[in-house]
Parts: sequence; C-alpha cells; structure tokens
Amino acid sequence: MSAPDAVGRRRFGKVPLYLIVWLVGIVMVTPLLYALVSGFKSTDQLSSNPFGLPSPWVTSNYTDILASSSFWRMLGSSTLVAIGTTVLTVGAAALAAFSLARFAYRGRELLFTLFTMGLMFPFAVAILPLFILLRTFGLLDNPWGVILPQAAFGLPITIVILRGFFRQIPGELEEAATLDGCSPFGFFWRILLPMARPALGTVSVLAVVSSWNNFLLPLLVFSNETWWTIPVGVQQFQGQYAADIARVFAYLVLAMVPALAFYAVAERQLIGGITMGATKG
Amino acid sequence: MTSTFVEDARDATVEAPGGAPGNRRPLVRRVTDWLTAVSFTLPALILFGALVLAPIMYALYVSLFNWGGFGSPTDYTGLDNYSRLIKDPVFLGDLWRGLLLVGFSVLIQLPFALAMAVLLNQKLRGRAVYRMLFFAPYVLSEVITGVLFSMIFAPDDGLADKVLGAIGLDGLGGLWFADQSTVMPTLFLVMTWKYFGFHMMLYLAGLQGIPAELHEAARIDGANAWERFRYITLPLLGPTVRISAFLSVIGAIQLFDLVWVTSAGGPDHASETMAITLFQYGFKRYQIGYASALSIALFLISLVFAIAYQRFVLRRDTEGALTNMRATR
Repeated sequence: MSAPDAVGRRRFGKVPLYLIVWLVGIVMVTPLLYALVSGFKSTDQLSSNPFGLPSPWVTSNYTDILASSSFWRMLGSSTLVAIGTTVLTVGAAALAAFSLARFAYRGRELLFTLFTMGLMFPFAVAILPLFILLRTFGLLDNPWGVILPQAAFGLPITIVILRGFFRQIPGELEEAATLDGCSPFGFFWRILLPMARPALGTVSVLAVVSSWNNFLLPLLVFSNETWWTIPVGVQQFQGQYAADIARVFAYLVLAMVPALAFYAVAERQLIGGITMGATKG
Repeated sequence: MTSTFVEDARDATVEAPGGAPGNRRPLVRRVTDWLTAVSFTLPALILFGALVLAPIMYALYVSLFNWGGFGSPTDYTGLDNYSRLIKDPVFLGDLWRGLLLVGFSVLIQLPFALAMAVLLNQKLRGRAVYRMLFFAPYVLSEVITGVLFSMIFAPDDGLADKVLGAIGLDGLGGLWFADQSTVMPTLFLVMTWKYFGFHMMLYLAGLQGIPAELHEAARIDGANAWERFRYITLPLLGPTVRISAFLSVIGAIQLFDLVWVTSAGGPDHASETMAITLFQYGFKRYQIGYASALSIALFLISLVFAIAYQRFVLRRDTEGALTNMRATR
C-alpha cells in the first residue's frame, strides 16, 4: 500500500466520526434554537409554521418580558441568594478545610467523615423538617431561609475540594510563617487563601450554579412573589401563560441567558470543579 | 482508629524522632491546640449540624407520629408509618422506577457519554466547540429544561411530533409525558440530553490521565483500536466510571425538579419518584409523619450509597492523607 493511500484512508476514515458528533450536536442545539426562534413568533404562527423562520418577526414577546419589573426582580433575587449562599458556603468551608487539612488532632477524621457523608444527602431528605424549622424561626419568605440551608448543603463538596487543595501547599511555608510570628489564622488569611485563589474560584462557581438552579427550597420558602427566584418564576410563568406558548419560549430563553453567559465566562472553573468534586469526593 | 495517633504525629517527628507518639507537651497546651484546630471548623459545623443533621434527626422523631404539621406531634404511633410505607404501592413503585432510571443510565447514558468522550478525545476539528455544546445543558436548571421539553414533547403541537409527522413517522410520536407507557422513556431522553455531557466531561478528564505511551506501545504490538480501548482505556478509566455511575445513582434517587415540571409524577404515578411522593404527602396532604418516614427511607438508601462510596472511592484519598501526614510532618 502506498503512503498517499494510507493518508487518504485515514482522512476519509474520520468522516463517520464527524458525522456522529455533528448529529449529536444538532440534537443538542435544536431545542435551544427552536426556543429562541419560537420566541420571535406569535403563538398562531408557531402552530401554522413550526419550522420556518418567523414572518413577521414578533419582538413583543421578548420586549414585554424585558419591560416587566417581575422579570428583573427575579433576576435580582436569584443573584442575591446566589451571592449570599456562595459567600457563606465558601467562607465557612474554607475555615473548616483549613483545620481539616493543616492540623493533626484527635477527631479530625471523624469530622471529615461527617462532612463527606453530607455529599450524598439530597435536599429532599431534610426538606420537610427543614421547612418546619424555617417556619418556627420565621424564615419563610425571607432570603435567609434559602441562603442558610443552601450554604449548609453546599459545605461537603466545598470542604472536600478545598481540603484537597490546602493539603498540597508545602508544610515548609507554614513553618516559615510560624517562625516569622504568624498565628494559625494569620497563615490562613494572609498566605493560604491568596494561594488558593484558583480553588476558591472553582468552588464559588459550583456554589453559584447550584444556588441559581435550585428549585425545591425556594418554591417552598417563598410563597410570596417578592423573593421568587428564576426557576420558581419560570414554573409559575408557564402555568400562567399556558395558552401563549410563544411567550413562554421567549421567557425560557431570557431565563437561560444568565446561566449560559455565566458558563461562557466561568467554563474552566466549572468543569474543573465538577471533575475535582467527583474525583476527590 | 488510627487517628488517635495522628494528633501527636507532628510533635513526634519534631521532638522525639523515632520515639513513640509521646505525651511530652503539657496538657494545657495540648488542649488549647486542640481547641484552636477545632474552632476553625465551628462555623461549618454549626451550619451543617443545625440545617442538615438536626432536620434529619427531627424527621426520625416525627416519623413515629401521626402528625399534620401544626402544634406538637402527640399521636405516637410507633413504627406504623414504616409498616405502611413498605406496603405502599406508590413507594414500591418509586423504588422500581428509581432502579429503572439507574439501569437506563448505566446501560445507555453512560456508555453513550463514554463513546462521546473517546470521540472528542481525538483530534477532531472543532472538538472544543462540541465539548462546550454537549456540556452546556448541565448549567441550565432542571426547571428550564423541563419546561422547554414539556413544550417540545407537547402532544401533536410540540416540535417532536411535528418533526416526526414531517418525515412520515407519525406513529412514533404520541403523548410522550402524558402517557403511562411513554413517560419514563421520555423523561430518560430529557435526562440524557441534560446530563450526558456532565459524564462525558468526567470521562474526558479521566482519559487525559492515561499516558499516550501506553496506546503507542499497544499499537506497535499490533493491538487494534477496539483492543486498545478494551484493554487499556476501559480498565484505566475504571475509577472514573465507578464515580460517574455513583453520581447517576444519586441523581436518580433525588430526582425531583425535572419530573415536577414535566409530568408531576403522573399520569397515575407512572413517573413518580421518591422525592415527588415525599412532596405530595408532606406539602399537599399534610401527612407529615408519614412523609417523614419516607424521608428516613430516602436517607437510609442514600446512607448505604454514601458508605459504599466512602469505601470504594474515598478510601484511597483518606489513606493518602494519613500516610502523607506521617511522612511529611
């Protein structure tokens, strides 16, 4: 067999592979594109012309939603809850991970095991008593009612990832800092945290995404529209405009934008986070 | 446990190299050191204890009562809720459907994700774009995904039925989420759309850890592509596959959002999951005692998996921690 033949066969041999990824790509992207385009149609157009481009392009679905205060309020509420959750989770988890990674003491493994057990507990396990607890403390219809439990359930994965990272920082550094008169907290605050910036970015991104997408807890805690987050809003909107599906498509697309934009910006941290979380915990 | 010795490992190497882990430091100092170390875990411990552990304990207590959720539980019924639970056809159905989803995932979704990972681990033009695209649905909330697909799979008017109609396959379409026999496959289809990219990313990370020399050597020894996959890639990817299987089990156990917005567990319980049943009894029918028994069952099932996970996946990690600790400090 001559060399050009082999090259030709190799190049040709990849065609089926391209065909497969291309096909899967179409299946993945079609629902999203369909929603985007359908948002520019009227609901009548949508049933008479499901596949084609809109004619005329109807922009009112999108502009109406963007002009409504409820959409922006939900965006604000989701943002507030996500930031609160992230700050609390990462703060508390970083301190705990510091202790679990850099100190040797009686009961340490027990503590770590306790936290890692939490990795496997779904929200649903505790949701009922949690709801009763929040009701007792008057935290219903209060953003803390979502932030605190989310932070608590986010701790395990954050601790596991940060502990792994903190352990890799050489002990000599800590000894040097101690000799220079650094207290344990001083070492944590001035040396460990700045060095752990990439890991902190990763766990923060994970916390933001899981808070942003959480549904069950905000659904139960926020009975009043004031604090509804995006997932709760989407579900309610679908119920309210069940007949006007073009408008629901527009709403879905606008609700996707922040998550997809965040993904575009924080792709590396997110993927690093899920692989780290899975392999370390 | 070995951890009783770990406490003094650091001082043992500094003060008494080679000696037994000694009690040479004064007691007061050892206590304050211990307190310093533990105090850093306090914020996390309080949060975790109050909002994860305490609620689970409380559910355990409440599960022994017949209680509507207001006032204090007084109608003590012992284990009645549990004996009712193990005879409840809906709960047994939940278990079966959970098993079904896990089976679907392990037999279809994970192999598919693995195939895509192997494919996109090769030099293909635009593979970064495909990777990004396949993973993208993971960042969308299950609610958005669910609402989107409930419209795509709307009987007759949805995109799915229109496409099938346009290519002359009307017979394949139908009621999707609205029919008892098709709701689970439809749900699984949506789950695959949303989550296979996640598993693919795990596999891709695993694949990058396999040295290229191994494949090179096998190629020189005459192994074909399938043999290289079967005898090199697959065994070395073992831990990743285990992890991804575990994660899909956990995902199936706690599935709620996606089902709630697409089929709400119906028609006639055909797609109900444990979390949905729990929600129905707890927040719709106010049978808090019974629903608590259900959450304890969910807890026990999760616990079994957590322990298995600890044993098979985390063990190596913690072993490393202990041995490193002794060696380096």
